[in-house]
Amino acid sequence: MTKLKAAALAVWDFVVGDDWLVALGVAVAIAVTALVADSAVAAWWVLPVAVVALLLDSLRRAARR
Amino acid sequence: MSGQELGLAVAVFLACSVEAVEALTIVLAVGATRSWRSAFAGVGAATVVLAALVAALGPALTALPIGVLRVAVGGLLLIFGLQWLRKAILRAAGLKAVHDEAAIFAEESQAARAAALEQGAFDGYSFTVAFKGVLLEGLEVAFIVLTFGANQHHIGIAAAAAAAAVVVVVLAGAAARAPLSRVPENTLKFGVGIMLTAFGTFWGAEGAGASWPGGDAALLVLIPALAIFAITTVAILRRASAGGSGIAEVVKA
Repeated sequence: MTKLKAAALAVWDFVVGDDWLVALGVAVAIAVTALVADSAVAAWWVLPVAVVALLLDSLRRAARR
Repeated sequence: MSGQELGLAVAVFLACSVEAVEALTIVLAVGATRSWRSAFAGVGAATVVLAALVAALGPALTALPIGVLRVAVGGLLLIFGLQWLRKAILRAAGLKAVHDEAAIFAEESQAARAAALEQGAFDGYSFTVAFKGVLLEGLEVAFIVLTFGANQHHIGIAAAAAAAAVVVVVLAGAAARAPLSRVPENTLKFGVGIMLTAFGTFWGAEGAGASWPGGDAALLVLIPALAIFAITTVAILRRASAGGSGIAEVVKA
């Protein structure tokens, strides 16, 4: 393994961790928050709802392993 | 000190304590089994590299627009927080082995003894292991201080809280002369996971343009609400585990 690949993997592991779906879910939830915030609807509730959903989903998948 | 400043100090102190415990365990393991002098040299070298990195990255982070910073930092904190919280919940529910500093200390000690001791006064193995351990954990501490501090424009408070955490952990380690197995690490990680997730949710939403009801005071609702949710989840998982129900089915339900 090249040093570059090892460094890239270390950065991936540091930022994303062992459940990339959580990282993806957080990115999507922030994007949805920005979209809702641009409308007339309050947007503060999007992330808390996403946090609960992402955590439960991650726990469910971890328990299946 | 305002409520938000106190919350910042507590969050940074707890998060940095966990990183300091992990770094100290590694240094103690190689120092006690190989060479204290070389292990301390590794700690010193890592500290110098860390200081250079912080000096280079700090001004760049504080110069970023606050909205961009909050989205980036909030997103990262949320990812870190959810990972920590998930593992802490699984461990508290008995579904994952508890992070055992004593076992890590034993593993590191065995690996240190297995590696052939180099000739001469300087032990490269102790230096390298201590350097890597302190640099990695130190980077995480620096990240926590810079992001939390820059986000609230209180780097001084964040740095002081981090320094206090490192001093307390090192003093506790020196007093115990053991790998800090008495520190309830999973409890600490549970709390840190909740704090990181709460701050990440708050800043991520603010950075994306949302306005919280009550402003900063929303954190005082967010943190206990998350704690109640996490504790309830642990209780449900424990009951399901004891009752023989499939965990996946319970979570799904």
